[in-house]
Amino acid sequence: MIPTGSHSSQARTGSLAGVAPDTEGHGDISVGVAGSGDSSASATRITPGNALRPEDIALEVRTGLVKPSEDAAEYALRLGDDALILAQRLGHWISRAPELEEDVALGNIALDQLGHARSFLSYAGGAWEKSEDELAYFRREHEFRSAHLFEQPNGDFAVTIARQFVVSYYQFELYRRLTESTDATLAAISAKAVKEVDYHRDHSAQWILRLAQGTEESRRRITHGLRLIWPYVEELFVDDELTSRLAEAGTAVEPSSLRADFDRLTGAVFAEAELEVPNVPAAPGGGRRGKHSEHLGYILAEMQVLAREHPGASW
Amino acid sequence: MSPHGNPEVPASSAGAVESTAAKVPAGPETSSESSAPRSVWPLWEVFVRSSRGLSHVHAGSLHAPDAAMALRNARDLYTRRNEGVSIWVVPADAIAASDPDAKGSFFESPQGKDYRHATYYTKSEGVKHL
Amino acid sequence: MASQNLQSVPDQPAGPGAGDAQDQTAQLEAEGQAYFDRVMAEDSRIEPKDWMPAAYRKTLLRQISQHAHSEIIGMQPEANWISRAPSLKRKAILMAKVQDEAGHGLYLYSAAETLGQSRDKMMDDLIAGKARYSSIFNYPALTWADMGAIGWLVDGAAICNQVPLCRASYGPYGRAMVRICKEESFHQRQGFEILLELSNGTPAQKQMAQDAVNRWYAPALMMFGPPDDDSPNSKQSMAWNIKRFSNDELRSRFVGMMVEQVRVLGLTLPDSEVRFNEETKKWEHGPLDWEEFKEVLAGRGPCNAQRLERRREAHDDGAWVREAAAAYAAKQARKHAEKEFAA
Repeated sequence: MIPTGSHSSQARTGSLAGVAPDTEGHGDISVGVAGSGDSSASATRITPGNALRPEDIALEVRTGLVKPSEDAAEYALRLGDDALILAQRLGHWISRAPELEEDVALGNIALDQLGHARSFLSYAGGAWEKSEDELAYFRREHEFRSAHLFEQPNGDFAVTIARQFVVSYYQFELYRRLTESTDATLAAISAKAVKEVDYHRDHSAQWILRLAQGTEESRRRITHGLRLIWPYVEELFVDDELTSRLAEAGTAVEPSSLRADFDRLTGAVFAEAELEVPNVPAAPGGGRRGKHSEHLGYILAEMQVLAREHPGASW
Repeated sequence: MSPHGNPEVPASSAGAVESTAAKVPAGPETSSESSAPRSVWPLWEVFVRSSRGLSHVHAGSLHAPDAAMALRNARDLYTRRNEGVSIWVVPADAIAASDPDAKGSFFESPQGKDYRHATYYTKSEGVKHL
Repeated sequence: MASQNLQSVPDQPAGPGAGDAQDQTAQLEAEGQAYFDRVMAEDSRIEPKDWMPAAYRKTLLRQISQHAHSEIIGMQPEANWISRAPSLKRKAILMAKVQDEAGHGLYLYSAAETLGQSRDKMMDDLIAGKARYSSIFNYPALTWADMGAIGWLVDGAAICNQVPLCRASYGPYGRAMVRICKEESFHQRQGFEILLELSNGTPAQKQMAQDAVNRWYAPALMMFGPPDDDSPNSKQSMAWNIKRFSNDELRSRFVGMMVEQVRVLGLTLPDSEVRFNEETKKWEHGPLDWEEFKEVLAGRGPCNAQRLERRREAHDDGAWVREAAAAYAAKQARKHAEKEFAA
């Protein structure tokens, strides 16, 4: 912080005094500052904003305003599970990141992903009269639809960045197209998500560059991280009967149709970072059919343990 | 630009962010000059514009390796609750500040020059549109 | 480091003789002290480049850095439950809260840096076990209800402490606290709501809530620091307008608020001696175990070693990343300089 002659502390505390009664409820201890200050120019003016929230989707589903087709629900489940498992993974970084600023950055990404997961799951649940929490906490391993990529362990920071890199470029291409889905709810969730994921692309690309061209050690680690992650890229772009039906109806797009753009744009980052696209055999995947990596069982065991100890409880 | 950002370039690497980053490429030269370990990131001051039409206001500081990351860290740290529509970051070292010990002489002159202010002119009080 | 430029040490005057220089220094000191005293008397603010007594600087640096450390270490007990939060909404809230604490640590380290200490040095002191932080974070978070009790009691106590700090005489500290208090306004409420939900839930949930309140109550009261007659630094801090209310004063107010709120929760405070003293018009509470407080503060608490090790691990594991980014920045700067030179 710097000596700010013109922005006196009175101006700042003044703006708090203006807000405190509405948001705090600690009226007992008065801030007691006389200065009024220009609160409109404050750098701490906070608002919740106005965007689509998971609660809005849940409400529409609950009141019967929207109801997904069986196919759309199954598809939303895939997207929701991907985002949920990734959020669960990323949440682990908060309090463990390489620098405090990065704790905050990864926290934001995790929260974005968790938000997308909640929206997609709330919508999917509409087909089976289940809530987001019933889907997240009371399904078993084989009932999850996440792709293997999202289940991969955090590893070191390089592995996490490698995974983020693939995820964000994939999700961006996907959500960008889904904004034009004939399913209005999928389109709306995607319109919110694509802007957030766009920032995730930037975050991962910035780090790919720095790790690739930082030190010898960081270059070695990011090269290794990308090799560890790359076998799971293939699964993201596999079409199946569900996606074909949905693509036909204009609800979704064939995953394979995202591949060219994904390759081109990730390729540009690889080129700038002077890295090779990893030449590793692809893993068969199977997450969309409920065939998962060994990791998922542990992720769910931890995520679900408390909710399952108290079935039917509300939190 | 598509309505959902530019698909070709990730969100904040476009436009203003990049040009700002180019203008301040090095940041404070801590790694070359000081005896601090190389892994220590320099300090940046963050200024946030809370909405269009208002000035950027000092919000706080943070550490970042370079201007591009400082902007991103500032976005993540100082606009988590919708606080801003625009951010400036400045290497803390680049700020020149007036000397507080000289405030007597530095800021004395405007004191007492009340003829610079409208309130000084009382005879015209009550006259319309003046 | 910018913060070094911002130190308030007056320039050594270049007098002809050493004696003159000494005289002048003494005179500058006296002028500085007089100005400082006037600022205190007017209840105005001291800014980083102002002259300030060495002891004031030292006290502030100690308090702000301890406060920052507390935020950072304080992330851990709650981060411990992010992966197991029992609903997705609670998971999001908890993540946002723990993330906020990283931000708050960051704001506070920045404020401390204006006093001439680098964040890196403060972090080194923390992981070397040389720095203190709020001892409450050395207790374990054992159940989900602890997320409620930490929010309600621990953040509640913290807010009581922090709201008056928004008026601390040191500008950067006060400004950091304004931002923190605004952001924290949701922290206590989310904790309260966790407990309320549990209290209105199944018998097992209610018991979980009561158990958590029982465990966190006394440590939360001790967050206000030792009793006034055993708190040697308090008087000076109040004279310097850093502290606005005494430890016991704040503690008593806090107890009063908790008495009200625990009724709404349908739970009880584990303290049969809580009462409002009509004579003093103050809330009173049962005796606190200050021996335990000192033990935990001295490093002999349930989680001291674990908390420090976790911070050390994150810092050490991140070293190569910080180095890589710094090296990349240096390379880019060199490239840029070469291009400019060529042009």
